[in-house]
Amino acid sequence: MLAVEDVTGLRGGRVLFRNLSFRVGAGSALSLEGANGTGKTSLLRMLAGLLAPASGAIRFGQVSEAEERGKFVGWLGHHDALKAQMTVAETLAFFARLHGGGETGPAMEAAGLSRLAGLPGQYLSAGQKKRVALARLKLSGRPLWLMDEPLASLDGAGKALAAALVRDHCAGGGIAVIATHEPLGLECERLAL
Amino acid sequence: MRALLWRDIRLAARAGGSAMLALAFFAAVATLVPLGVGADLHLLARIAPGILWVAAVLAALLALDRLFQADFEDGSLDLLALSPLSLETVAVAKIAAHWLTTGLPLTLLSPLLAVLFGLKAIPALFVSLLVGTPAVSAIGAIGAGLTLSIRRGGLILPLIVLPLLAPAVIFGAGAVLAALDGLSNGALPLLGAFSFAACVLSPFATAAAVRLNLGS
Repeated sequence: MLAVEDVTGLRGGRVLFRNLSFRVGAGSALSLEGANGTGKTSLLRMLAGLLAPASGAIRFGQVSEAEERGKFVGWLGHHDALKAQMTVAETLAFFARLHGGGETGPAMEAAGLSRLAGLPGQYLSAGQKKRVALARLKLSGRPLWLMDEPLASLDGAGKALAAALVRDHCAGGGIAVIATHEPLGLECERLAL
Repeated sequence: MRALLWRDIRLAARAGGSAMLALAFFAAVATLVPLGVGADLHLLARIAPGILWVAAVLAALLALDRLFQADFEDGSLDLLALSPLSLETVAVAKIAAHWLTTGLPLTLLSPLLAVLFGLKAIPALFVSLLVGTPAVSAIGAIGAGLTLSIRRGGLILPLIVLPLLAPAVIFGAGAVLAALDGLSNGALPLLGAFSFAACVLSPFATAAAVRLNLGS
Protein backbone atom coordinates (compact mmCIF):
# COMPACT_ATOMS: atom_id res chain seq x y z
CA MET A 1 0.00 0.00 0.00
CA LEU A 2 1.30 3.40 -1.00
CA ALA A 3 -0.07 6.20 1.17
CA VAL A 4 0.33 9.90 0.45
CA GLU A 5 -0.87 12.21 3.21
CA ASP A 6 -1.19 15.98 2.99
CA VAL A 7 1.75 16.35 0.66
CA THR A 8 2.58 19.81 -0.62
CA GLY A 9 4.98 20.17 -3.51
CA LEU A 10 7.07 23.25 -4.24
CA ARG A 11 9.25 23.85 -7.26
CA GLY A 12 11.34 26.99 -7.51
CA GLY A 13 9.25 28.62 -4.76
CA ARG A 14 6.00 27.94 -6.66
CA VAL A 15 3.30 25.71 -5.20
CA LEU A 16 2.59 22.79 -7.54
CA PHE A 17 0.03 21.03 -5.39
CA ARG A 18 -1.18 21.53 -1.85
CA ASN A 19 -2.31 18.97 0.78
CA LEU A 20 -2.51 16.13 -1.68
CA SER A 21 -3.67 12.82 -0.19
CA PHE A 22 -4.33 9.50 -1.86
CA ARG A 23 -3.76 5.79 -1.44
CA VAL A 24 -2.92 3.09 -3.93
CA GLY A 25 -3.53 -0.47 -2.78
CA ALA A 26 -1.47 -3.54 -3.66
CA GLY A 27 -2.29 -4.84 -7.12
CA SER A 28 -3.56 -1.58 -8.51
CA ALA A 29 -2.34 1.14 -10.83
CA LEU A 30 -2.87 4.89 -10.64
CA SER A 31 -2.65 7.18 -13.61
CA LEU A 32 -1.50 10.74 -12.85
CA GLU A 33 -2.94 13.21 -15.30
CA GLY A 34 -2.66 16.93 -15.78
CA ALA A 35 -1.39 19.63 -18.10
CA ASN A 36 2.32 20.38 -18.56
CA GLY A 37 3.90 21.81 -15.43
CA THR A 38 1.28 20.63 -12.96
CA GLY A 39 3.88 18.63 -11.05
CA LYS A 40 3.45 15.03 -12.24
CA THR A 41 7.18 14.40 -12.52
CA SER A 42 7.87 16.18 -9.21
CA LEU A 43 5.25 14.04 -7.48
CA LEU A 44 6.81 10.87 -8.90
CA ARG A 45 10.24 11.98 -7.69
CA MET A 46 8.74 12.63 -4.24
CA LEU A 47 7.14 9.18 -4.20
CA ALA A 48 10.55 7.69 -5.11
CA GLY A 49 12.23 9.65 -2.34
CA LEU A 50 14.43 11.54 -4.78
CA LEU A 51 12.79 14.87 -3.95
CA ALA A 52 11.59 15.98 -0.54
CA PRO A 53 8.00 17.30 -0.26
CA ALA A 54 7.60 20.71 1.40
CA SER A 55 5.26 19.08 3.91
CA GLY A 56 3.30 15.88 4.43
CA ALA A 57 4.23 12.22 4.58
CA ILE A 58 4.66 9.43 2.05
CA ARG A 59 4.65 5.81 3.17
CA PHE A 60 5.12 2.58 1.28
CA GLY A 61 3.92 -0.18 3.57
CA GLN A 62 5.51 0.72 6.89
CA VAL A 63 8.46 2.58 5.31
CA SER A 64 8.37 6.36 5.34
CA GLU A 65 12.06 7.32 5.27
CA ALA A 66 12.88 8.57 1.77
CA GLU A 67 16.10 6.67 1.07
CA GLU A 68 14.66 3.42 2.50
CA ARG A 69 11.52 3.81 0.39
CA GLY A 70 13.70 4.16 -2.69
CA LYS A 71 14.84 0.55 -2.27
CA PHE A 72 11.31 -0.59 -3.20
CA VAL A 73 11.03 1.59 -6.28
CA GLY A 74 11.29 0.53 -9.91
CA TRP A 75 11.95 3.76 -11.80
CA LEU A 76 11.21 4.66 -15.39
CA GLY A 77 12.08 8.33 -15.81
CA HIS A 78 12.16 10.93 -18.56
CA HIS A 79 15.67 9.93 -19.50
CA ASP A 80 16.55 6.50 -20.72
CA ALA A 81 19.79 6.01 -18.74
CA LEU A 82 21.50 4.45 -21.75
CA LYS A 83 25.17 4.84 -22.53
CA ALA A 84 26.10 5.43 -26.17
CA GLN A 85 29.05 3.02 -25.91
CA MET A 86 27.23 0.16 -24.17
CA THR A 87 25.13 -2.44 -25.97
CA VAL A 88 21.58 -3.26 -24.95
CA ALA A 89 22.69 -6.61 -23.50
CA GLU A 90 25.51 -4.98 -21.49
CA THR A 91 23.18 -2.27 -20.17
CA LEU A 92 20.63 -4.78 -18.97
CA ALA A 93 23.27 -7.17 -17.59
CA PHE A 94 24.81 -4.29 -15.60
CA PHE A 95 21.45 -3.39 -14.17
CA ALA A 96 20.61 -6.99 -13.34
CA ARG A 97 23.95 -7.39 -11.50
CA LEU A 98 23.35 -4.14 -9.65
CA HIS A 99 20.10 -5.63 -8.38
CA GLY A 100 21.71 -8.89 -7.37
CA GLY A 101 21.74 -11.08 -10.46
CA GLY A 102 18.96 -12.53 -12.56
CA GLU A 103 18.65 -13.61 -16.17
CA THR A 104 18.23 -10.74 -18.65
CA GLY A 105 17.02 -12.97 -21.53
CA PRO A 106 13.32 -13.16 -20.58
CA ALA A 107 13.03 -9.41 -19.94
CA MET A 108 14.77 -8.67 -23.25
CA GLU A 109 12.44 -11.11 -25.01
CA ALA A 110 9.37 -9.60 -23.34
CA ALA A 111 10.35 -6.09 -24.47
CA GLY A 112 11.01 -7.26 -28.03
CA LEU A 113 14.72 -6.48 -27.82
CA SER A 114 16.27 -9.85 -28.66
CA ARG A 115 17.42 -8.75 -32.10
CA LEU A 116 18.98 -5.56 -30.70
CA ALA A 117 21.04 -7.21 -27.94
CA GLY A 118 24.40 -6.43 -29.54
CA LEU A 119 23.58 -2.88 -30.65
CA PRO A 120 25.25 0.04 -28.81
CA GLY A 121 22.94 2.63 -27.23
CA GLN A 122 23.87 5.34 -29.72
CA TYR A 123 22.16 3.49 -32.61
CA LEU A 124 18.83 2.96 -30.86
CA SER A 125 15.72 4.94 -31.78
CA ALA A 126 13.75 6.76 -29.08
CA GLY A 127 11.15 3.98 -29.05
CA GLN A 128 13.78 1.28 -28.77
CA LYS A 129 15.39 3.14 -25.86
CA LYS A 130 12.02 3.22 -24.12
CA ARG A 131 11.72 -0.54 -24.62
CA VAL A 132 15.12 -1.00 -22.94
CA ALA A 133 13.84 1.11 -20.04
CA LEU A 134 10.74 -1.10 -19.80
CA ALA A 135 12.90 -4.24 -19.79
CA ARG A 136 15.04 -2.69 -17.04
CA LEU A 137 11.94 -1.89 -15.00
CA LYS A 138 10.80 -5.50 -15.27
CA LEU A 139 14.29 -6.70 -14.28
CA SER A 140 14.33 -4.55 -11.15
CA GLY A 141 11.83 -6.86 -9.47
CA ARG A 142 10.69 -3.95 -7.30
CA PRO A 143 7.09 -3.78 -6.00
CA LEU A 144 6.45 -0.06 -6.59
CA TRP A 145 6.74 1.03 -10.23
CA LEU A 146 6.93 4.78 -10.86
CA MET A 147 6.69 5.60 -14.56
CA ASP A 148 7.04 9.00 -16.17
CA GLU A 149 5.44 9.13 -19.61
CA PRO A 150 6.10 5.46 -20.37
CA LEU A 151 4.21 5.60 -23.67
CA ALA A 152 6.14 8.50 -25.21
CA SER A 153 7.92 7.50 -28.45
CA LEU A 154 6.47 3.98 -28.43
CA ASP A 155 4.66 2.54 -31.45
CA GLY A 156 1.29 0.74 -31.17
CA ALA A 157 2.89 -2.60 -30.31
CA GLY A 158 5.18 -0.90 -27.79
CA LYS A 159 2.22 0.77 -26.06
CA ALA A 160 0.42 -2.55 -25.83
CA LEU A 161 3.61 -4.07 -24.42
CA ALA A 162 3.90 -1.36 -21.75
CA ALA A 163 0.26 -1.88 -20.76
CA ALA A 164 0.77 -5.65 -20.60
CA LEU A 165 3.85 -5.25 -18.37
CA VAL A 166 1.94 -3.02 -15.96
CA ARG A 167 -1.03 -5.40 -15.97
CA ASP A 168 1.26 -8.36 -15.14
CA HIS A 169 3.01 -6.36 -12.43
CA CYS A 170 -0.28 -5.45 -10.77
CA ALA A 171 -1.64 -8.97 -11.15
CA GLY A 172 1.38 -10.09 -9.09
CA GLY A 173 0.42 -7.70 -6.29
CA GLY A 174 2.63 -4.80 -7.40
CA ILE A 175 1.71 -1.12 -7.51
CA ALA A 176 2.23 1.22 -10.45
CA VAL A 177 1.92 5.01 -10.49
CA ILE A 178 2.06 6.35 -14.02
CA ALA A 179 2.26 9.95 -15.17
CA THR A 180 0.84 10.13 -18.66
CA HIS A 181 -0.87 12.25 -21.27
CA GLU A 182 -2.15 9.28 -23.22
CA PRO A 183 -4.71 6.62 -22.37
CA LEU A 184 -2.80 3.67 -20.92
CA GLY A 185 -5.10 1.00 -22.25
CA LEU A 186 -5.68 -0.58 -18.88
CA GLU A 187 -8.12 -0.43 -16.01
CA CYS A 188 -6.82 1.95 -13.38
CA GLU A 189 -7.73 4.74 -11.05
CA ARG A 190 -7.03 8.27 -12.22
CA LEU A 191 -5.81 11.30 -10.37
CA ALA A 192 -5.83 14.74 -11.97
CA LEU A 193 -3.26 17.25 -10.75
CA MET B 1 29.47 -2.41 -6.33
CA ARG B 2 31.73 -4.47 -8.59
CA ALA B 3 29.14 -4.16 -11.38
CA LEU B 4 29.32 -0.36 -11.22
CA LEU B 5 33.12 -0.39 -10.99
CA TRP B 6 33.40 -2.53 -14.12
CA ARG B 7 30.85 -0.47 -16.00
CA ASP B 8 32.73 2.76 -15.28
CA ILE B 9 36.09 1.25 -16.19
CA ARG B 10 34.63 -0.08 -19.43
CA LEU B 11 33.07 3.29 -20.30
CA ALA B 12 36.35 5.12 -19.59
CA ALA B 13 38.35 2.69 -21.70
CA ARG B 14 36.04 2.70 -24.73
CA ALA B 15 36.01 5.17 -27.62
CA GLY B 16 35.13 8.64 -26.33
CA GLY B 17 36.14 7.61 -22.80
CA SER B 18 38.37 9.63 -20.57
CA ALA B 19 41.27 7.24 -19.88
CA MET B 20 43.21 7.80 -23.11
CA LEU B 21 42.46 11.53 -23.02
CA ALA B 22 44.12 11.94 -19.61
CA LEU B 23 47.15 9.91 -20.67
CA ALA B 24 47.56 11.87 -23.90
CA PHE B 25 47.28 15.20 -22.05
CA PHE B 26 49.86 14.11 -19.47
CA ALA B 27 52.26 12.96 -22.18
CA ALA B 28 51.75 16.13 -24.24
CA VAL B 29 52.45 18.50 -21.32
CA ALA B 30 55.44 16.49 -20.13
CA THR B 31 56.86 16.49 -23.64
CA LEU B 32 56.33 20.20 -24.27
CA VAL B 33 57.98 21.47 -21.08
CA PRO B 34 61.51 20.21 -21.91
CA LEU B 35 61.10 21.63 -25.41
CA GLY B 36 60.19 25.01 -23.95
CA VAL B 37 62.77 25.07 -21.17
CA GLY B 38 65.68 23.94 -23.31
CA ALA B 39 68.40 21.34 -22.97
CA ASP B 40 69.69 22.25 -19.49
CA LEU B 41 69.43 18.77 -17.96
CA HIS B 42 70.28 19.94 -14.46
CA LEU B 43 67.47 22.51 -14.49
CA LEU B 44 65.03 20.01 -16.05
CA ALA B 45 65.80 17.42 -13.40
CA ARG B 46 65.10 19.98 -10.64
CA ILE B 47 61.74 21.10 -12.02
CA ALA B 48 60.66 17.63 -13.16
CA PRO B 49 58.94 16.54 -9.91
CA GLY B 50 56.81 19.70 -9.75
CA ILE B 51 55.96 19.74 -13.46
CA LEU B 52 55.10 16.04 -13.61
CA TRP B 53 52.99 16.24 -10.47
CA VAL B 54 51.04 19.29 -11.67
CA ALA B 55 50.60 17.73 -15.12
CA ALA B 56 49.32 14.50 -13.54
CA VAL B 57 46.82 16.37 -11.35
CA LEU B 58 45.53 18.43 -14.29
CA ALA B 59 45.29 15.34 -16.49
CA ALA B 60 43.28 13.51 -13.82
CA LEU B 61 40.98 16.55 -13.48
CA LEU B 62 40.12 16.38 -17.19
CA ALA B 63 38.06 13.26 -16.62
CA LEU B 64 36.58 14.30 -13.29
CA ASP B 65 33.80 16.65 -14.32
CA ARG B 66 31.90 13.83 -16.03
CA LEU B 67 32.26 11.49 -13.04
CA PHE B 68 28.66 12.09 -11.95
CA GLN B 69 27.45 14.58 -14.55
CA ALA B 70 27.17 12.03 -17.37
CA ASP B 71 25.04 9.76 -15.17
CA PHE B 72 23.02 12.75 -13.95
CA GLU B 73 22.19 13.92 -17.47
CA ASP B 74 21.10 10.56 -18.86
CA GLY B 75 19.08 9.56 -15.80
CA SER B 76 21.46 6.80 -14.64
CA LEU B 77 22.13 8.61 -11.38
CA ASP B 78 18.44 8.38 -10.39
CA LEU B 79 18.63 4.63 -10.95
CA LEU B 80 21.87 4.38 -8.97
CA ALA B 81 20.33 6.36 -6.10
CA LEU B 82 17.37 3.96 -6.08
CA SER B 83 19.56 0.86 -6.47
CA PRO B 84 20.45 -1.43 -3.57
CA LEU B 85 23.77 0.45 -3.29
CA SER B 86 24.06 3.40 -0.94
CA LEU B 87 25.32 6.64 -2.48
CA GLU B 88 28.47 6.25 -0.38
CA THR B 89 29.14 2.91 -2.07
CA VAL B 90 28.43 4.46 -5.46
CA ALA B 91 31.01 7.14 -4.63
CA VAL B 92 33.61 4.52 -3.64
CA ALA B 93 33.05 2.62 -6.91
CA LYS B 94 33.33 5.79 -8.97
CA ILE B 95 36.48 7.00 -7.18
CA ALA B 96 38.08 3.57 -7.62
CA ALA B 97 37.13 3.45 -11.31
CA HIS B 98 38.50 6.95 -11.86
CA TRP B 99 41.80 6.07 -10.20
CA LEU B 100 42.14 2.79 -12.07
CA THR B 101 41.55 4.51 -15.41
CA THR B 102 43.53 7.73 -14.84
CA GLY B 103 45.71 7.79 -11.69
CA LEU B 104 47.17 4.33 -12.19
CA PRO B 105 47.92 4.65 -15.94
CA LEU B 106 49.46 8.10 -15.33
CA THR B 107 51.70 6.58 -12.65
CA LEU B 108 52.72 3.75 -14.96
CA LEU B 109 53.56 6.21 -17.74
CA SER B 110 55.51 8.59 -15.50
CA PRO B 111 58.90 6.75 -15.54
CA LEU B 112 58.99 7.05 -19.31
CA LEU B 113 58.29 10.79 -19.18
CA ALA B 114 60.78 11.30 -16.35
CA VAL B 115 63.50 10.22 -18.79
CA LEU B 116 62.69 13.29 -20.91
CA PHE B 117 63.67 15.42 -17.90
CA GLY B 118 66.82 13.47 -17.08
CA LEU B 119 65.28 12.74 -13.67
CA LYS B 120 67.31 10.21 -11.69
CA ALA B 121 64.86 9.62 -8.85
CA ILE B 122 62.43 7.67 -11.01
CA PRO B 123 61.44 5.14 -8.31
CA ALA B 124 60.61 8.00 -5.91
CA LEU B 125 58.44 9.68 -8.58
CA PHE B 126 56.67 6.41 -9.29
CA VAL B 127 55.97 5.71 -5.62
CA SER B 128 54.85 9.28 -4.88
CA LEU B 129 52.36 9.22 -7.77
CA LEU B 130 51.18 5.74 -6.80
CA VAL B 131 50.53 6.89 -3.22
CA GLY B 132 49.25 10.38 -4.06
CA THR B 133 46.97 10.00 -7.09
CA PRO B 134 44.19 8.25 -5.12
CA ALA B 135 43.82 11.54 -3.22
CA VAL B 136 43.29 13.34 -6.54
CA SER B 137 40.44 10.99 -7.46
CA ALA B 138 38.93 11.09 -3.97
CA ILE B 139 38.99 14.88 -3.51
CA GLY B 140 38.07 15.42 -7.13
CA ALA B 141 34.95 13.31 -6.60
CA ILE B 142 33.68 15.77 -3.98
CA GLY B 143 34.01 18.58 -6.53
CA ALA B 144 32.35 16.43 -9.19
CA GLY B 145 29.45 15.75 -6.83
CA LEU B 146 29.05 19.43 -6.02
CA THR B 147 29.08 20.57 -9.65
CA LEU B 148 27.13 17.72 -11.25
CA SER B 149 24.05 19.76 -12.05
CA ILE B 150 25.91 22.86 -13.22
CA ARG B 151 26.21 23.33 -16.94
CA ARG B 152 29.91 23.69 -17.73
CA GLY B 153 30.65 22.55 -14.19
CA GLY B 154 33.98 21.37 -15.53
CA LEU B 155 35.18 24.98 -15.43
CA ILE B 156 34.25 25.46 -11.78
CA LEU B 157 35.49 22.07 -10.65
CA PRO B 158 39.23 22.92 -10.78
CA LEU B 159 38.60 26.08 -8.74
CA ILE B 160 37.07 23.95 -5.98
CA VAL B 161 39.43 21.02 -6.19
CA LEU B 162 42.87 22.44 -6.96
CA PRO B 163 43.34 24.35 -3.67
CA LEU B 164 42.40 21.18 -1.78
CA LEU B 165 44.99 19.24 -3.75
CA ALA B 166 47.86 21.59 -2.87
CA PRO B 167 49.10 19.26 -0.06
CA ALA B 168 49.28 16.33 -2.48
CA VAL B 169 51.38 18.35 -4.94
CA ILE B 170 53.62 19.78 -2.19
CA PHE B 171 54.28 16.43 -0.49
CA GLY B 172 54.38 14.50 -3.78
CA ALA B 173 56.92 16.72 -5.51
CA GLY B 174 58.73 17.21 -2.19
CA ALA B 175 59.19 13.46 -1.77
CA VAL B 176 60.84 13.21 -5.19
CA LEU B 177 63.11 16.23 -4.53
CA ALA B 178 64.16 14.76 -1.18
CA ALA B 179 65.10 11.51 -2.91
CA LEU B 180 66.97 13.52 -5.56
CA ASP B 181 69.00 15.32 -2.89
CA GLY B 182 69.56 12.15 -0.90
CA LEU B 183 67.74 13.57 2.13
CA SER B 184 65.61 11.59 4.56
CA ASN B 185 62.13 11.49 3.17
CA GLY B 186 59.47 12.88 5.48
CA ALA B 187 57.18 13.98 2.66
CA LEU B 188 56.20 10.50 1.53
CA PRO B 189 54.58 9.41 4.83
CA LEU B 190 52.73 12.73 4.94
CA LEU B 191 51.54 12.18 1.36
CA GLY B 192 50.40 8.70 2.35
CA ALA B 193 48.50 10.03 5.37
CA PHE B 194 46.86 12.77 3.28
CA SER B 195 45.87 10.29 0.59
CA PHE B 196 44.50 7.80 3.12
CA ALA B 197 42.44 10.44 4.91
CA ALA B 198 41.09 11.74 1.58
CA CYS B 199 40.07 8.25 0.44
CA VAL B 200 38.35 7.41 3.73
CA LEU B 201 36.46 10.69 4.14
CA SER B 202 35.66 11.61 0.55
CA PRO B 203 32.92 9.01 -0.12
CA PHE B 204 30.79 10.53 2.65
CA ALA B 205 31.29 14.10 1.44
CA THR B 206 30.76 13.04 -2.17
CA ALA B 207 27.53 11.19 -1.34
CA ALA B 208 26.27 14.23 0.59
CA ALA B 209 27.02 16.48 -2.39
CA VAL B 210 25.25 14.13 -4.82
CA ARG B 211 22.25 13.84 -2.49
CA LEU B 212 22.04 17.63 -2.30
CA ASN B 213 22.00 17.95 -6.08
CA LEU B 214 19.55 15.10 -6.69
CA GLY B 215 17.05 16.50 -4.24
CA SER B 216 16.98 20.02 -5.67
